[in-house]
Amino acid sequence: MSENRKFFVYGLFVLVGIIYLIRLLYLQVLDNTYETASNSIRAIPDVPMRGQVYDRYGNLIVYNTLVYDLYVTPNKLKVADTLALCNALSITRADFDSLMKAAKVYSRKKPSLFLRQLSKEDFAHIQDVLVDYPGFEYVKSSVRTYSAPTLAHALGYVSEISQKQLDAQEYPYYRQGDLMGQSGLEKFYEEYLRGQRGVRYVMQDVNGVAKGPWKGGELDTIAQAGQNLYTSIDLEIQQYVDSLMQGKAGAVVAIEPSSGEVLAITSAPSYDPALFATRDFSKNYAKLALNPYRPLLNRAVMGSYRPGSTFKTVQALVAMQEGAISPGSIFSHAGAPMKCHGHGGLSGVHSAIQWSCNPYFYHVFRRMIYANTEKNTFKASAMGLRKWHDYTEKFGFGQKLGIDLPSEALGKLPNVEFYDKWYGVNGWKFSNIYSLSIGEGELLITPLKLANLAATIANRGWYIAPHLVKGIGKNDNPLPEFKQRHETGVDRRYFEPVVDGMEMAVVRGTVSRGAIIPDIVMCGKTGTSQNKKGKDHSIFIAFAPKDNPKIAIAVFVENAGFGGFAAAPVASLVIEKYIKRHVDRKAYEQEWMNKNFLQNVIIPKSQLPKPKEQKPAPTKPEATIVNREKAAFNKLTEAP
Amino acid sequence: MARNEHITQNIDWLTVLIYAACVTMGLFNVYAAVYNPEEQTKLFDLSNSAGRQLMFIGTGVFLIIAILVIDHKFWEAFAPIIYGFCIFLLLAVLVIGSDINGSKSWIKIGSFSLQPAEFAKLGTALMISKFVTQPNVNLTKFRDLLLTAGIILLPMLLIILSKETGCALVFASFMVVLYREGIPGIYPSILLISITLFILSLFFSPLYISLGLVVLAIIIFRFVLPRYDRNRKTIINLSVIFGAMMLFSASVDFLIKNVLQPHHRKRIEVLIDPKADPMGKGWNVIQSKIAIGSGRLWGKGFLDGTQTKFNFVPEQHTDFIFCTIGEEHGFVGSAAVVLLILGLMCRLIFLAERQRTRFARAYGYCVAGILFFHFLVNIGMTIGLMVVIGIPLPFFSYGGSSMWAFTILLFIFLKLDAQRPFTLSRT
Repeated sequence: MSENRKFFVYGLFVLVGIIYLIRLLYLQVLDNTYETASNSIRAIPDVPMRGQVYDRYGNLIVYNTLVYDLYVTPNKLKVADTLALCNALSITRADFDSLMKAAKVYSRKKPSLFLRQLSKEDFAHIQDVLVDYPGFEYVKSSVRTYSAPTLAHALGYVSEISQKQLDAQEYPYYRQGDLMGQSGLEKFYEEYLRGQRGVRYVMQDVNGVAKGPWKGGELDTIAQAGQNLYTSIDLEIQQYVDSLMQGKAGAVVAIEPSSGEVLAITSAPSYDPALFATRDFSKNYAKLALNPYRPLLNRAVMGSYRPGSTFKTVQALVAMQEGAISPGSIFSHAGAPMKCHGHGGLSGVHSAIQWSCNPYFYHVFRRMIYANTEKNTFKASAMGLRKWHDYTEKFGFGQKLGIDLPSEALGKLPNVEFYDKWYGVNGWKFSNIYSLSIGEGELLITPLKLANLAATIANRGWYIAPHLVKGIGKNDNPLPEFKQRHETGVDRRYFEPVVDGMEMAVVRGTVSRGAIIPDIVMCGKTGTSQNKKGKDHSIFIAFAPKDNPKIAIAVFVENAGFGGFAAAPVASLVIEKYIKRHVDRKAYEQEWMNKNFLQNVIIPKSQLPKPKEQKPAPTKPEATIVNREKAAFNKLTEAP
Repeated sequence: MARNEHITQNIDWLTVLIYAACVTMGLFNVYAAVYNPEEQTKLFDLSNSAGRQLMFIGTGVFLIIAILVIDHKFWEAFAPIIYGFCIFLLLAVLVIGSDINGSKSWIKIGSFSLQPAEFAKLGTALMISKFVTQPNVNLTKFRDLLLTAGIILLPMLLIILSKETGCALVFASFMVVLYREGIPGIYPSILLISITLFILSLFFSPLYISLGLVVLAIIIFRFVLPRYDRNRKTIINLSVIFGAMMLFSASVDFLIKNVLQPHHRKRIEVLIDPKADPMGKGWNVIQSKIAIGSGRLWGKGFLDGTQTKFNFVPEQHTDFIFCTIGEEHGFVGSAAVVLLILGLMCRLIFLAERQRTRFARAYGYCVAGILFFHFLVNIGMTIGLMVVIGIPLPFFSYGGSSMWAFTILLFIFLKLDAQRPFTLSRT
């Protein structure tokens, strides 16, 4: 009777077997959800060294320093003598405890950052000691290092990518925690500098501990080192410019006219770029951001100023090309609403430039605007301005020149539409816009654009967009747009009276006598940019030598007064230094290095330190603030 | 005796072949499970589990030879003594046992640990086989049933005391042999119904189960029972049976919530919804299913598994060895293993049925039953069909005690089977 029971037993076995086979078929073949839930392979990015930056003579400006990040895995840690370890790491017992606590909170099994960016020396010091303390491990990393505390604005800085940037990237290259160029060259040439990140696929255990390559490294990609940047910066001149701009706010841009290569570019006040390459990045950034002199602003490419009298060169060139005036045209002061500085008799464009005669250029611009047959003055003004705009725009005004730095300001070159909007169509005429004639009014330029103007005049009619990088990696050429010649459309012959005028301005004109460079013929034009508040900005553009110019420069010194006074000496010293490689006028050099115009700088009320921070100084509160800021600023710039 | 010159004479080579296949596959999968690409794990190295497993298999060969040499009558004759020795070991382990993973079930001898619970299965199998086949024992008698239950429950209780609940549950597998040897069908039925109700109670509230049972009872009474049976007495019987079932399902609910220890309760909750505790107990089930599921049809290839290495699946070289098979060899590999073990179990039943002694037949059923229980629970838990109970997959899982215990268990039966031609008749 129980003989038949064996069939039930067989049946039970086979039934369970079939159920399990069906279940396996479902899990392994039919259901896809488990295929994708793979969690044991991790892609580890292999971050290459960032490209280095060199100056035009091959001197290193930016390079990478190997640093060591120390990690600790709390579970593996065995510390026999905590005090000895603290001494070796040169931290206090309290530091150690708090760091360990933070590490334990993160994970007991995974390594967490213990000490960041230990220098090679520090690391060498503790490396031997660490052998006795299992649980510590180090990861090699690198920080940007600068051979000189200069060029902060142009170089820019590198920092961890922000969430916003992560979300915004078109091609998902970056990951959380990646470093990225955030401004300056670091940002503009980011794709060249960063190189190509490699990826290693490693298998990891449940605690995230790596356990060797996956598939023997078949799918891994090798990291490619970042490409070096060979800039046109002359590091010596750059630092010389920095020293001249001490105690001043403003900007200096020097360009080699024939190539458009930037020789020096300074925005003052500046800061040490190394401040942004340390673990104290955010602290330092916050400190600089709060500084009322706005050291973070790159005035050279972002600062918007009125060009003042420097713009008279453009007015003369455009009017001559249009035929509104001739090189020998003479105008009386009569009828002009602005005054003149007082000078001898004029004999044409060159002497008007030499003495920067305001009424003369009022008449030049008037001729230019009305150089048509239209009887209606409103319509004639519009026609004239349109033509004028077409000419001027070719000098690069009112647009980006396309320098290889991010966030270049557009500036402003008013056109017909601009005034139509303001006054209404046919609601304005020359008398509304005449301040343009002397570079005031609605014009806005950047120091870079004026340096480019100086280069354009030096070239007698054309320019190459200014750029800092003349070679990338193994390629000796700059980006293709920096080989292209931009023509202004103004005849070469019209430049001669302007150049002559600029030469005479230095020898015996608006420029202070001290600015004359022995043995070098410098052609310059002063400019005084008016302000609603405070003293005028002092502007000077120049190039030298007169024939076959080697350097064109624009100097801005904020709130320093008349153009020939402050900006011209700086420009003349830089030119002398660049061409002769030394400066003969030692006393003059010393004088201008020590000049301080910062106290004139008007700080916007919102930028002022809060009243409770002020020391009680009821009699002269303003001066106190300025002095306090001056002290703060000096402290800032004397950093190594 | 001249007839016994060759110890391998008349041995069932098919079973030996399946055994060898299982053990070899198990060894390679243990190797794959502990394989660490960074350290170039060596197979012949006692410092890792694969090397030790190889040693267990090697020593297992000596055990096999010993079993084949020992006279077949020894096992029947000495069954009570072996059983007694196992009970002694189980008692001893409670006193001198070492704590491993929270259970006090290991006896440490030098560097090796022995788990008496694994051998207790063997002793109990022999004892049961001997007891139930005695001519004067009748499994329909209450007294004999009680004694049989005592033989099974004594080691079970001791194993539960050493906190190896999983191992103790294996003793439920003796129901297979008792069923074959003539226990009234009501007992296995009660067991099956209990298990079914238990599982249903996990998923449904007692109220719904009771409603379902009432409906079922009415259907049985109205449509299944012959007309002449639909009397008052049957109604009372049905009411009692179904009432008991309802009570049982209600008590399961109470049991889970109030009686079970938290870690047991967790295991049961995880079966219902592994995602309820994805980093704790549900982790095993989820990871195990991911590992097996990621194997697809053909698997990732030997040593190329990624889930089963590096401790994603805990204890994956022991209780979760099936994950490695499923991941690296895919559906093809895991189905092959299922079929292999299924084939072994059926072969054992086939061999048991041709035995001329009741002892040998009963023992064969014991072996098949124990294998079946391990198969059912171990593979079931890795594919998410069973509660996670820490018992090994026979011949595959790493572990000296289980490897030796299963080898002895199997080869005693093969020895008995080999003597079949020389045994005259059934007693």
